[in-house]
Amino acid sequence: MMLTRRRLAALAAATPFAAHAQPAGWDGIAARARGQAVAFHAWAGDERTNAFIAWTAERVQTLHGITLRHVRLRDTGEAVARVVAERAAGRDTGGAVDLVWINGPNFLALKQQGFLMRFAEGLPSFALVDAAGKPATVTDFTVPVEGFAAPWRMAQIVFLHDGARQPSPPRTMRAMAGWAAANRGRLAHPTARNFLGATFLKQALHELAPDPAVLQQPATDAAFSAAAVPLWAWYDGLRPNLWRGGRQFPENGPATRNLLSDGEIDLMVSFNPAEAATGIATGLLPATVRAYVLDGGTIGNASFVAIPTNASAPDGAQVVADFLLSPEAQARSQDAAVLGNPTVLDLARLAPADRARFDALPQVPGMLTPAELGHPLPEPHPSWMTRITAAWEQRTSA
Amino acid sequence: MKRFTVGVRGRTSTVLGPEQGGFNGTGSSQAGEQDPLTPTLSRRERERGRAIPVALAVGVVLLPVGAGLLATLLPAFGLLPALGGRAFSLEPWRVLFAQPGLAASVRVTLVAGLGATVLSLAAVALFCAAAHASRPFRWAQAAVAPILATPHVALAIGVLALAAPSGIAARLFSPWATGWRQPPDLTTVGDGWGVSLMLGLALKEAPYLLLMLVAALNGVPTARLLAVAAGLGQPAPVAWLKVVFPAAYRQLRLPVLAVLAYALSAVDVALLLGPSSPPPLSVLVVRWFFDPDLARVFPAAAAACLLLVLTAAAVAAWLAAERAAGAAGRWWASSGRTGGAGLIRLGGWMLPTLLGAAVLSLVVAALWSVAGPWRFPDALPARLDGAAWAAQVAGMAAPFRTTLGAALASTGLALVLSVAALEAAARHGPAARPRWLGLVYVPLLAPQLGFLFGVQVALLWLGLDGGWAALVWAHLVLVLPYVLLSLQGPWAALDPRLVRVAACLGASPNLVLLRVKLPVLLRPVLAAAAVGVAVSAGQYLATLFAGGGRMATLATEAVTLASGGDRRVLGVYAVAQAGVPLLFYAVALAVPRLVWRRRAALRGA
Repeated sequence: MMLTRRRLAALAAATPFAAHAQPAGWDGIAARARGQAVAFHAWAGDERTNAFIAWTAERVQTLHGITLRHVRLRDTGEAVARVVAERAAGRDTGGAVDLVWINGPNFLALKQQGFLMRFAEGLPSFALVDAAGKPATVTDFTVPVEGFAAPWRMAQIVFLHDGARQPSPPRTMRAMAGWAAANRGRLAHPTARNFLGATFLKQALHELAPDPAVLQQPATDAAFSAAAVPLWAWYDGLRPNLWRGGRQFPENGPATRNLLSDGEIDLMVSFNPAEAATGIATGLLPATVRAYVLDGGTIGNASFVAIPTNASAPDGAQVVADFLLSPEAQARSQDAAVLGNPTVLDLARLAPADRARFDALPQVPGMLTPAELGHPLPEPHPSWMTRITAAWEQRTSA
Repeated sequence: MKRFTVGVRGRTSTVLGPEQGGFNGTGSSQAGEQDPLTPTLSRRERERGRAIPVALAVGVVLLPVGAGLLATLLPAFGLLPALGGRAFSLEPWRVLFAQPGLAASVRVTLVAGLGATVLSLAAVALFCAAAHASRPFRWAQAAVAPILATPHVALAIGVLALAAPSGIAARLFSPWATGWRQPPDLTTVGDGWGVSLMLGLALKEAPYLLLMLVAALNGVPTARLLAVAAGLGQPAPVAWLKVVFPAAYRQLRLPVLAVLAYALSAVDVALLLGPSSPPPLSVLVVRWFFDPDLARVFPAAAAACLLLVLTAAAVAAWLAAERAAGAAGRWWASSGRTGGAGLIRLGGWMLPTLLGAAVLSLVVAALWSVAGPWRFPDALPARLDGAAWAAQVAGMAAPFRTTLGAALASTGLALVLSVAALEAAARHGPAARPRWLGLVYVPLLAPQLGFLFGVQVALLWLGLDGGWAALVWAHLVLVLPYVLLSLQGPWAALDPRLVRVAACLGASPNLVLLRVKLPVLLRPVLAAAAVGVAVSAGQYLATLFAGGGRMATLATEAVTLASGGDRRVLGVYAVAQAGVPLLFYAVALAVPRLVWRRRAALRGA
């Protein structure tokens, strides 16, 4: 449904955190944003995403006169810790974080404490988001977003293998244990402290848990112990056959990709369905690498950008969030040579000129078709991820 | 007591004869001379004014360190009102000791810290014993300068490119010698005992100790001692170890302890080369401090306190081991044995190996920055490609400016403070309280994590974090000790007759400083500035904590990208980060040659 100016004004007036905003609508926000400096705190572990953010900075400078600065994070938790520390010290305005790339437990932590601004439904481009067809854009890890964050990219778990060396990779998590036993040291997953490593374990939990429906509820001690028994039994069998005997884990997805590129491993997990295509296009992976989805589907989610209530440049941050949702940025994001991320927009709602941007995207070897991707499985409640990570740390530190 | 009354330009003053002269520097027994002219002020005014420069230098350093240590100690016992900690509690310690793998973390920290120090010292001592005053010795000294200029993070990136299973070391011998067509499944970097971390630290610390040992040898009558020992039938390497090394070690103790303190608490190198699970204690502290669950700050403070305790224990253990080693050495020296020269010569190869590995690391990192596709097991990239530089230059501009600005500001301030303190000590002797200057070296011995953590908490409390002032001050705390260390020797060794002649020609003490002392000491001052810039460019923790996440320097960016980044991008950052201090070293070498091209003695002063 389209948001009229009146609805926008009512929404702006109703939110308790928008005390500074006059009900002037989007034009007022865009006018105030001109000349502002926005600090975009985003995980910097992936060079292509960093390049995309640099391109975004150029475009918002040209289009809206906003100076976007990418504050590189080793972990999104750094930005969350900063916001929480600032609020604890009483800094309610002029915070260091204007815009943060966030989802999952980090998003839940900030939303629960009331540190996030409610702005997404007021963005003009939000009307184009495919909330019905892609429920992950409005529900983050079973937590309703309710406008406290705006989606900007979709992700789904895929597995990559070198087609030349491993023509028939395992197609279920159960089969992976047997495959790893036959190919010792040729499978690696990132440390479970990283979101990708944790999702590898969540994917296994989804397949192995006696009742997957319980994952959609917050985890309790009893529910977690019951569901985790088969998971740890499977993992204890898998771990000695992992890369480096399961004693060392790569830090994140790009580190694992380096291992695949060097030939240290033959199978890896990734959150980017176009990882193989983009890797081949940029020369980071050999041309024989292919991606695939497990039988039964894989977990998928959306990434969001959120604005803390104590941001120094909330108007500029909203304009940047709106630009990230624009067809221009989404089309560039979906380009396999740039990022290869599926768009959050509903292509049917786009104007013909914008639709043409998507149709013009080149087909690259290694791209998965939407049919191959299928419907993503929903993410479990964030409390499952926190518990899995803590339990994994306990088991691997001993 | 001889006194002379001198009348110059209508002023009379008393000049003390040489028998009464001599201030005591900072505890060393060098005899200096007081300046012959002192203005006539009341005694109290004179006393108070003279101590200001030293007090300022000490205050600038001790205030953050002291406040930081306090602000780390209090949260460790649950006291941090801003985060809801209002009651004394041992809960943080309970959480810390419940952490699985804490024993392994402590083990890794101690192995890497003590091991790196022992390895560096042994390598340097054996090398000097085997090769003193020969050509390889001079080559080693020349190779030391670029390695010293390279920040720790850049060197660690090079070590990754060298020693990882897919690194250049394996590639050079594959597949013809090893038969590997894909990288072997060996844990060479990030092993569970911290050996790779130890070697990575030793790569940077050994050149530093070599430099300090060479400086210490200046005060030892090496030739005479060796001649006597040779006369008693000791081969040269054995004689050096038995006779010269103990004499030089006295001057070397402070740098060795500084190396030990750094190696135990280094975070940037540990993040790159250390194991990730269980991590070294310093990495654990940083991880917990930046955890989104703010309650983790308390166990993080407890872990930082544990690190402080470990450092103190390690220093105490080192001093005890010194005594034991001293007793063993005296027994060895007085036993009349002459064996061991062969072993010493063999051990002398450790340092050249370390230096060679360090240089190779840097070269490989630079090569990665301009490499096109480079698959294992090729020893050289398929083609050279400037794409990585082109892509990174725009993003590097802001961190580069911040790095340069912080380095210049902190080094400039450190130079001003050091010169003022040293000059005051030279002019006024004990009245300027020169013994306090020893306190400036406290940041070298206290583990950085112990007080930087508290500095961050204190800055957040006061609302001062994230600004240029906090960043420059944090860098200054760590740059000032090194600059002072570099300037002290040359300042005291300056020929006092130059000052005396200038004074007799009517120059005021300030004019003497500007027109005589500083120009003559141009080379040491620029060398001290280069050291300061190198230290500042390598600061990771100080920027992370004092910058509050707003200020990014090349060091923080490199560590952020190092965990998984493309090796080409890492190579670009390593070269850029090393470039800043290397540039200053080149300037420090070239400018005196240029300015004093017609004064040979000043060029080599």
